[in-house]
Amino acid sequence: MNDVSADIPCRLQINGKTYAADLPPSVTLLDLLRERLDLTGTKKGCDRGQCGACTVLVAGKRVKSCLVLAVSIPDAEVTTIEGLSPNGQLHPMQQAFIEADAFQCGYCTPGQIMSAVALLAEGHTHSREEIREFMSGNLCRCGAYNGIVDAIEQVVAQQNRNHTGEAA
Amino acid sequence: MRRFSYSRPATLDEACHSAEHTRFLAGGTNLIDLMKSDVERPAHVADLKALGMHHIDEQPDGGLRLGALATNADTAAHPLVADRYPLLASAILAGASPQIRNVATNGGNLNQRTRCHYFYDPDMPCNKRSPGTGCSARGGRNRIMAILGTSDACIATFPSDMCVALAALKATVNLTGPEGERSVPIRDYHRLPGETPWRDNILRPGEIVTSIDLPPASFGPHHTYLKIRDRLSFAFAIVSAAIGLQIEDGIIRHGRIALGGVGTKPWCVPAAEALLEGKPPSHSLFRDVAERLLQGAMPDRDNAAKLRLAPRVIERALWQASAGTPQSQTDKTIR
Amino acid sequence: MNVISTNIGQSVSRIDGFAKVTGQAKYAAEPHPPGLLYGVIVNSPIARGQIAALRDTEARKIPGVVEIMTHRNRPHTALFEKSYVDGLGVPGSPYRPLHDAEIRFNGQPVAIVFAETFEAAREAAMLVEVDYERWPHNADFEAALHQKYMPSKTRSNYVPPKSRGNAPEAYALSPVKVEGRYHLAPEHHNPMEMHATTVIVEDDGTFTVWDKTQGPQSVQAYLTSALSLSGDKVRVHNPYVGGAFGSGLRAQYNVFLAALGAKMLKRSVRVTLTRPQMFTHVFRPEAVMDIALGASPDGTLQSMIVEGVTDTSRFEHNMENIVVWGLINYKCPNATAGYTIAPRDTYTSSDMRAPGATTGVNFFEMAIDEIAYACNMDPLTFRLNNYSDTDAMHDMPLTSKALREAMVQGAQHFGWHDRPMAPGSIRDGNELIGWGMATGIWDAMFSPTSARARLTADGRLHIATAASDIGTGTYTILAQTASEAFSTPIDRIDIELGDSTLPECPTEGGSWTAASAGAAVWLACQILREKLFKALAKGKNIPAWVKQGLEQDNLTLEDGILHGMNENQKIVLSFQDALSLIGQDALEVEETAKPGLRGTISQMRKARFTHSAVFCEVRVDQELGIVRITRLVNAVAAGRIMNPKTAASQVRGAMVMAAGMALHEESLMDERVGRFMNHNFAEYHIPAHADIPDMDVLFVEEKDSEISPLGVKGVGEIGMCGTAAAIANAIFHATGHRHRNLPISPGS
Repeated sequence: MNDVSADIPCRLQINGKTYAADLPPSVTLLDLLRERLDLTGTKKGCDRGQCGACTVLVAGKRVKSCLVLAVSIPDAEVTTIEGLSPNGQLHPMQQAFIEADAFQCGYCTPGQIMSAVALLAEGHTHSREEIREFMSGNLCRCGAYNGIVDAIEQVVAQQNRNHTGEAA
Repeated sequence: MRRFSYSRPATLDEACHSAEHTRFLAGGTNLIDLMKSDVERPAHVADLKALGMHHIDEQPDGGLRLGALATNADTAAHPLVADRYPLLASAILAGASPQIRNVATNGGNLNQRTRCHYFYDPDMPCNKRSPGTGCSARGGRNRIMAILGTSDACIATFPSDMCVALAALKATVNLTGPEGERSVPIRDYHRLPGETPWRDNILRPGEIVTSIDLPPASFGPHHTYLKIRDRLSFAFAIVSAAIGLQIEDGIIRHGRIALGGVGTKPWCVPAAEALLEGKPPSHSLFRDVAERLLQGAMPDRDNAAKLRLAPRVIERALWQASAGTPQSQTDKTIR
Repeated sequence: MNVISTNIGQSVSRIDGFAKVTGQAKYAAEPHPPGLLYGVIVNSPIARGQIAALRDTEARKIPGVVEIMTHRNRPHTALFEKSYVDGLGVPGSPYRPLHDAEIRFNGQPVAIVFAETFEAAREAAMLVEVDYERWPHNADFEAALHQKYMPSKTRSNYVPPKSRGNAPEAYALSPVKVEGRYHLAPEHHNPMEMHATTVIVEDDGTFTVWDKTQGPQSVQAYLTSALSLSGDKVRVHNPYVGGAFGSGLRAQYNVFLAALGAKMLKRSVRVTLTRPQMFTHVFRPEAVMDIALGASPDGTLQSMIVEGVTDTSRFEHNMENIVVWGLINYKCPNATAGYTIAPRDTYTSSDMRAPGATTGVNFFEMAIDEIAYACNMDPLTFRLNNYSDTDAMHDMPLTSKALREAMVQGAQHFGWHDRPMAPGSIRDGNELIGWGMATGIWDAMFSPTSARARLTADGRLHIATAASDIGTGTYTILAQTASEAFSTPIDRIDIELGDSTLPECPTEGGSWTAASAGAAVWLACQILREKLFKALAKGKNIPAWVKQGLEQDNLTLEDGILHGMNENQKIVLSFQDALSLIGQDALEVEETAKPGLRGTISQMRKARFTHSAVFCEVRVDQELGIVRITRLVNAVAAGRIMNPKTAASQVRGAMVMAAGMALHEESLMDERVGRFMNHNFAEYHIPAHADIPDMDVLFVEEKDSEISPLGVKGVGEIGMCGTAAAIANAIFHATGHRHRNLPISPGS
């Protein structure tokens, strides 16, 4: 039990595909994605949970993948930015980010988008202030904050229109 | 991060009897950060997530039991917490970020360690990290350090928001260890640094937080969590105050106050709370309460601003609580 | 009006947007060659001294460790110190990683572990033990001020201040005076992507280097020079750069150590800095500025005296232009300024977004606000009163200056006229509301740049230049430029950037890329168009209508198709057919845009600046020391705006950074050890979503045919210049309290 060299079985559903391998327990979900699976869309901006660039969905909830040991979430469903548009069709949030110029360098962008997608599901989108508060875990040094809020509001408005349309 | 062995105990008993140099992993948002920084170097990590303990249940006395492994996000959003303990929900939402709160657990929040720059930097002497090496924060860049409960050995601030609310609510921490179960009032759970700053709390080897009990709610709308920080979100407190008041006919029957950001543990002074009893809200009363709360505060090189801000934060929070207008964590206007 | 071709001036969405929102854009730490090794760096905990002993036995026991490189076992590098001078060309003695046992700054690399996995390298780096002999050091800026000096050799872009009139005497005689000492805390660039390098060792032994840099050719030159590699052995890529803001102007130690490791081990190597390590290299210098202003009671400036000091390291002489801006921008008969640098035992400070002006313009504009109040005059009126239509310091005309229009339009948009003059006069509950303004000024630079334009048989136009898009929108504006210059739809244009083998382009920085690379692309497309028409004119099997069209000058290129007339019928020819008619697979040109004779003379005779007027509303809970920025308006005069959408984002982005500068950002130096202690994102606070309100950016019309071939000035820095002052001035208006130290953090 106390062999520090022992690898641990890791089994995950990543973007709908099963991943299974024995891993050192020190491998974070972020490093697994980036260095072992070449899913580099998920970014490392601080490696300490302080910037949000590594945000992915685990079981539908947004988490910072730099602070999750890959072996500690057995059989979890993980969705990364690569899983958001599996057939090349952009997710509405991705499209809205392009239209609202919600990024510059693009490095925090996948994390912002994953966080924004989760934000919609959480429902914290009643005002620009609420969006800002609940997006504050995702830093952007280029300062694209206005555009990000615009993009989120745009998708919320689309959804509301769609719901209204369905109701009618 | 140094290599470690990893296990996922199936029972609490098995977890409690883990080998020496074991760290318990819950959400991991603090432990993994510290391991990456080479501050924590466990030989073994026992992952508690298979133990359940994530329920939030109503208690026969009308209180609530919060599972130690319930996430901060689930706790804050739970209808019973949001309805009966909005002070706790508010404090949780004032802390960290949504992603962290989705993973971080209630038990983990109790056991999180300080944000002291020197504790986090293994190149620097620090009694809390490496006993006996000295305190670099004293005389150093200590703008974020504590002004209350400090010792020559340590001035590190306890960083939690949630625990400040728990202290105001007089919660009880339930523990299970190799020697059985026990319960500890939250206000006694964290330790002052004294000469042994490496011990943050009263946990014994192998002991695990299993749940947190909240006594029946009694503050109605008369509560607030007011947090002052450098950024308007996603930053640790410079000063925060959790306050609950029981007010009848304009008279404060009793009040509970805990401070964050200023102490080496969530800061409570029963004598200050006692000053409130039987009196109507007034400037002079609140000034006296603030003064009593901050008695003995000792700033160091960079953190005198905390001493200036703390009484104002306390007084403002007392007014918010007495008016029944708790601080919103989304609208940044402080009323 | 051409409706399909996407012209300069339109708000086009970023053409690299798809790659960025899908996570497909590859950054420096993301290529994954076979057999990749991971390098993790060990840094010095002391500021000055030398390595006395180094033990790596325990570290080498970690499975997967391949090598631990130190100054003792590193491979050969260049012999002469001058070979290590990088593209920024800071005078002095450049830092040479792992050169010898001497420690010159806290955080200096002392070893690098290479291992088969990141986890093994990370752990082994924790196990390298180093003993140091400590030498006395000084990392305290206040103490360093006692050793301030003027270096004998200055940085090439340094603008020496020029005095006029008799400023001290005029100051003494001025009826209205203000003076004060201003202080700026050191700040770190902190782009979201940490500096990283992946060196791919190709089968033929050449190095393909993916580096986070603003200048791939500059890094290529540095590596070949410093590591004594032949030029054709190294190729540097940076197609996507996760922000930089100046931190990628110099080759950082990660690229040197990665390449040195690859040279030693003959294996591909990745080195990524940690966020704490991002605080061990460049930073915006700490600064003090003494400003004294004298005026007559009618609000006419009589004297300006500015003295400034910024910090540098003990081994290089970094300089900024902090004291000249007010002297350039304001009409005032008497002015003088002085500048020196103060050495301390840290790494060398360096350029961070709008270097010099960020410090100097903001402090000067805070002083202007103060003297306007001392004259009991509205700060906007005061500025209009002392407006200079020339570069007042050099007494030179300007190519253009629509600052007056910017002030007027910005004020109108903001609603400045309704502002009560008295500080502390607007209250809402516990909050005091204040309105402040300031102006901004930044160089409008143009550098010779080359670009290639190539038309291929599939009808696509390929543009290439070694520029870097660090988030600035370069891909997009160059595509727009090519689209207009070659009258071809943007979706048929490919832009290739970020590769040292492409046509020469200066390092991205100083807001010159839009003007310079834009001009190069424009020129290349024009010449390519001529070349196509000439080839058609000379070709053998060319249809008569084409020849006729060329002769009669009615063959046109529109929407990516050649249009002509054949016996009164409109007829078209695609690029594909045109190339096939002239029997070529592709047509290609490479051109260099230079100022030209007229431009060169203009550059000598006329001064060139971008300007702005910033307006800010703050709400201040004075009791609790909380400042919230609730409105920001920036009216920018920057010549021709190539893409209002991306340009506005650039200005907004700089305003966000300026908000950080005004309210939060401060790298806390523990002078006892010479280390910045808040070396992470939890304690070094860049603004978060919640800190930033909606910001309006207006572009003021400014036609300038002299500034650059396309009339473009660039907008990367201007948002930094003035914004922090507008915030500080708004805080004064709210509270009546003058803060002269930035940041103005809670409780200060």
